[in-house]
Amino acid sequence: MNEFWEAKVKLQWAELGSSYDVVIIGGGGHGLATAYNLAVNHGITNVAVIEKDYIGGGNSGRNTTVIRSNYGKPEPVRFYQRSLDLYRELEAETERWVMHDERGLWWLAHTEAGRRQERSRAAINQAFGADTTFVEPEEIGRLIPGINLDADGEFPITGASFHAGGATARHDRVNWAFAEGAMRAGVTIVQGVKVTGLTLDGDRVVGVQTDKGDVAAGTVVGAVGGHATTIASMANVRLPIRTHPLQAFVTNHYEQTWDAIVASNDLGFYVSQTARGEMLGGSHIDPQPSYSRRSDHHFINEIARRIVALFPFMGNLRVLRQWTGICDMSPDYTPIMGYTSAPGFLITTGWGTWGFKAIPAGGEAMAQLIANDETPELIAPFSIERFANDRTLADRGSSGTH
Amino acid sequence: MTLRITCPHCGTREIDEWVHGEIPVVPDDITDADDRDVDRAYFHNNVEGVVREAWFHLYGCRRWVTLERDTRTDAFQ
Repeated sequence: MNEFWEAKVKLQWAELGSSYDVVIIGGGGHGLATAYNLAVNHGITNVAVIEKDYIGGGNSGRNTTVIRSNYGKPEPVRFYQRSLDLYRELEAETERWVMHDERGLWWLAHTEAGRRQERSRAAINQAFGADTTFVEPEEIGRLIPGINLDADGEFPITGASFHAGGATARHDRVNWAFAEGAMRAGVTIVQGVKVTGLTLDGDRVVGVQTDKGDVAAGTVVGAVGGHATTIASMANVRLPIRTHPLQAFVTNHYEQTWDAIVASNDLGFYVSQTARGEMLGGSHIDPQPSYSRRSDHHFINEIARRIVALFPFMGNLRVLRQWTGICDMSPDYTPIMGYTSAPGFLITTGWGTWGFKAIPAGGEAMAQLIANDETPELIAPFSIERFANDRTLADRGSSGTH
Repeated sequence: MTLRITCPHCGTREIDEWVHGEIPVVPDDITDADDRDVDRAYFHNNVEGVVREAWFHLYGCRRWVTLERDTRTDAFQ
């Protein structure tokens, strides 16, 4: 807890008007942070955020809340490190307690190849500003409580990279902090309004059609998670996205002693302990592209086997809840941000399974792009043009979900 | 319930036995040969509705099967 923990969130709802300078589709973290930055840092307050369900009810409220910048390519490391730094300041910036907790993240290796990869990750992180070091198994055994280093012989740990900046924050509070700040600065945020189409003038997007009426817009931002392809297709923009379900779970409460955040690429899971004491885990995406948010027993069965091999104490815990989000997976596991082939229509998508950590920097950069009509240097490599230009940023090994 | 797929040769089996294969469909209005290659390599229709796709029964009969599935519900047609 900190000095902001008692501050109550006050959301001031407004009716949807008929014309805005900027209309943001999607009231998740990225949409709300973009609106916040536009209003607070650039004085652009004639902004509407349109959410079809409730704010933060999509992937911004379904993720496993990990903040990290231990990526495998220079451009993403710089971008996520900026986001990690902004998260450190977020409570002071918004004067709201978001339960930010910096405790360090372990990225485990179980093979010789994995060990080399984590050494390489530590080196590239250090070169581009992220705090990551390589750690030998003995030290891992000393510092992660309850870990079974040989994992019953099936997945023996051969090393890890330790990312000191790794943190968690309460996802709902992050969404509310941005929403409240944006509302206070004059942004209109509406819930339960579904976008049914985009108004085009030739190729240019000039407005949004909703089930509550049409809205004219100078700029439209597609900031939805899961349905990015559907929204973009309304502007005749084609995306390199496939939508896959990702499942997660929490166990019952457990003695609050487990301070680590642990991820394993080879085992395909990540686990941490929530502020309530639940063990929170997630796995890789489901193999079939799908918009279904149905959870299944198969996922729990599979992940339990792998997690218990590494953390035998979790065999005594029970699964309390499981849920599913649908993730916009880009081909190179890197986001897609900026201009599209349709003038007046911007996108922030391809947030796959890694969007939560990017909310502050993503919102900052999209707002700069809109305010200055120029792509910020930090997100220039994430342009959708990179696919046709053969400048993809393949970084699957850093997604934590494969 | 675990996603299950009915194989015409082996019967109904869990998704673990299968490998998903997209059938890429490049839109007709993309006419330039290079643009069509880029689209085929990276872009997707990502259909929200009924999609025709290929499934390889890796741990079964090792044959490709073409099926239709509603991506909103994962129900096979």
